[in-house]
Amino acid sequence: MYFGLSEDQIFFQDNVKKFLEDNAPLDVIRKIANEDDKTSKEDLHKGIITLGINNILIPEDNGGLGLDLLFATAVSQSLGEGIATLPFSGSYVMAPIAIKYGASEEQRNFYLNEMSNNNFNFSIGFSEFFGSRNESELSFLKNKVNGKTFFVMDFDYATHIMVCDKDGQIGIVSLESTGIEVVDLITVDKTRVFKEIIFKNTEIDILENTSSSKEAIDNAIDAGRIVIAADSLGASKAMLDKAIEYSKERKQFNRAIGSFQAVKHMCAEMAAELEPCYSILWHAAHSFDSKEKNKKIMACHAKSHISDISKMVSKKATEVHGGMGFTDLLGLHYWFKRIGVNRQMLGSPEIVREEAAKSQGL
Amino acid sequence: MDLNFGKKYKDFTKEVKDFCKKYKGIHFIDSSKVPLSGSFKSGEIKMTRSDWQKILIEKGYFARSIPSEYGGYGGESDIIKSRIIAEEFAKSKIPPPMGGQGIDMLVPTLLELGTEEQKQKYIKPTLHGEIIWCQGYSEPNAGSDLASLQTKGELIDGNWVINGQKIWTSTAQYSQMMFCLVRTEPDASKHAGISYLLIPMDTPGIEIRPLVDMTLNAGFNEVFFTDVTIPEKNIVGKRGEGWAVANATLSHERGSLSDPNAMMNRLNSLIDRMKKETINGEKVINNPVYRDKLMKIQGKVIAFQSNSLRVLSAKLNKNQDVKIAAMIQKLVGTELRHELEGFAIDIMGELGTLYENSPNIRDGGSWQIAYMYFLGLIIGGGTSQIQKNIISERGLGMPKEPKVQQGA
Ligand SMILES: Cc1cc2nc3c(=O)[nH]c(=O)nc-3n(C[C@H](O)[C@H](O)[C@H](O)COP(=O)(O)OP(=O)(O)OC[C@H]3O[C@@H](n4cnc5c(N)ncnc54)[C@H](O)[C@@H]3O)c2cc1C
Repeated sequence: MYFGLSEDQIFFQDNVKKFLEDNAPLDVIRKIANEDDKTSKEDLHKGIITLGINNILIPEDNGGLGLDLLFATAVSQSLGEGIATLPFSGSYVMAPIAIKYGASEEQRNFYLNEMSNNNFNFSIGFSEFFGSRNESELSFLKNKVNGKTFFVMDFDYATHIMVCDKDGQIGIVSLESTGIEVVDLITVDKTRVFKEIIFKNTEIDILENTSSSKEAIDNAIDAGRIVIAADSLGASKAMLDKAIEYSKERKQFNRAIGSFQAVKHMCAEMAAELEPCYSILWHAAHSFDSKEKNKKIMACHAKSHISDISKMVSKKATEVHGGMGFTDLLGLHYWFKRIGVNRQMLGSPEIVREEAAKSQGL
Repeated sequence: MDLNFGKKYKDFTKEVKDFCKKYKGIHFIDSSKVPLSGSFKSGEIKMTRSDWQKILIEKGYFARSIPSEYGGYGGESDIIKSRIIAEEFAKSKIPPPMGGQGIDMLVPTLLELGTEEQKQKYIKPTLHGEIIWCQGYSEPNAGSDLASLQTKGELIDGNWVINGQKIWTSTAQYSQMMFCLVRTEPDASKHAGISYLLIPMDTPGIEIRPLVDMTLNAGFNEVFFTDVTIPEKNIVGKRGEGWAVANATLSHERGSLSDPNAMMNRLNSLIDRMKKETINGEKVINNPVYRDKLMKIQGKVIAFQSNSLRVLSAKLNKNQDVKIAAMIQKLVGTELRHELEGFAIDIMGELGTLYENSPNIRDGGSWQIAYMYFLGLIIGGGTSQIQKNIISERGLGMPKEPKVQQGA
């Protein structure tokens, strides 16, 4: 019995963390987020691809690393901690999983091979399955798609977009096709790219097994929720670490503010709530990997619980920094906003909890 | 990640399951003095708690690693087996072995620091539930600041003579013995002047006044000592080492105050209750607001339970660091349990207020009792605030509070 990340997983996680520390300090993030510095961003993306983060979930036969979701979860923690301005949960986790469960053998080999070569990059528009907003709706008819999908994620280097209708049928659209209108969305979190996309009679390749089974969409969303939760947990850890460090340096009333009990207790509360988050996160990823009966419940709870705790941490850690916490100068707000957006992605906590209830027959 | 306990434990799990089936519905003919040890009314099998303890020891389901010469099973310590036992017992609602301060705190302390004579004399009857112990630590002026305690012990003619007062002493009125912290070295510094003494409760000069707690049971007591005289050898550790001895047991207590298996059982009872109760003719479980709150609590309970698995794993895999994950369990576990019990009251509304033997009462009133009882546990065993001091200073390395100047 071993409950935790393996040495390999920790090694991979540390590599990604170190890469981001070395190559994406706050001023680089700022350039990318605020000034849309494409060169910096591309350097970063190329670099991190050499670590293999795009290939974690692609089978070895298709040129990938053939690793599991717990690996991806470990990596996602580091990406959140370093607020990486990179695609991950959609492009490199949900897409290969949707293909794994939903594609015919021919489709599977075709797409996965191109993905592992980094020729194809997927963005994901699945919102219409778990809770359509902004009157978005897609309809698939005879290999054509019509309608609008709102809040498409990981569009950064997209060559394709993977969408689904409200029944969970999944299809892939090449961005070279005609009849695609891309609307740039601006969220509070400028470390990532979101779009609204409108299709008019656009060609779509429906993943063959998804017309009869929800396995692909369910697994893709479960996995996406787990890695997004991991991203929030990583971001929360970064915020708590910064708060503790700051509390030891900043002096008021001739003492370090960290010696004030009010400050200490805020930090203790953050730590006390975050520790079980690691546990439920890894447990959920493990349940997914070993296809346990309760895997959907675990994925839902990991997402909603960690979203709640992260929200609390993002507030308290900012407070520990006083006025400095509120400034753009310190940049704490990048983590705050990352957590804020993650919370709504693939379902806000209330929506996800309702799914947890339904999936246990309540 | 590997959550399998391994092949070797498959057979064991089956054995425990069979055992649970055999004793399902067991109930005790002597009444419980330990609150919340559960009521098991329906079954056919009747026995005393002490007999139950003996059966459990014989099977190795309790006191597993305690040497047989002291009344234990005399096996290897095996935390996975302990976990399996706890889980299976909880699942099939078989009464767990008796706990309490003697078994959870004193026995481990004696095993670690007691003399051979003390081990021989006390451990076996304690395990059998024949000696109930109480913990005499807190005093009217020494609660969170326990080391400032003032109950005095003087060594006179080969006997300790004790004078002073303890308070909040749980189960003192039923106890045969007390393990007690007493100031024996008045000239030494605060922490260095304390000794750990074992006091028979029938010694002349002890007066016990039960204190009614908020559940309206007399859960704890005041204990007064007037020239209470006990043999010199009734000391654990050396003179002035009582603080260290007590700290060895405090960590045992903190672990035992928040059991994730019991929490999961309560959550499942809560779900059952929500399926049964109605509001305006509609089942509570279908009410979106209550449903969402239930799921929120379930998420927390699963996170807490997963966390305890991680802490368990670190005991098996020595290179795993779970320092903070272990440190937060008392704080998170007691607060969460209190929240869970309180929410059960909310879903019942007016029905949730019923108490004692009121008509219409649900689940024997256990939700109100536990709601209050766990507030007690939030305070006892180091309050939540003290836990946060410990987490921030020892866990997160934050600076200590500056000492207030004497006489300021
Ligand atoms: C149900 C129950 C059973 C108990 N059983 C036993 C028993 O069997 N034996 C025994 O010896 N004792 C027992 N106790 C006593 C228990 O250990 C004490 O109540 C506890 O340690 C708190 O001490 P106090 O009551 O004096 O509160 P105080 O120490 O006076 O605390 C009052 C408030 O001040 C806060 N506070 C105090 N110091 C600090 C600080 N440094 N920083 C921040 N906040 C602080 C506390 O958190 C609390 O909110 C029991 C208590 C309860 C509730």
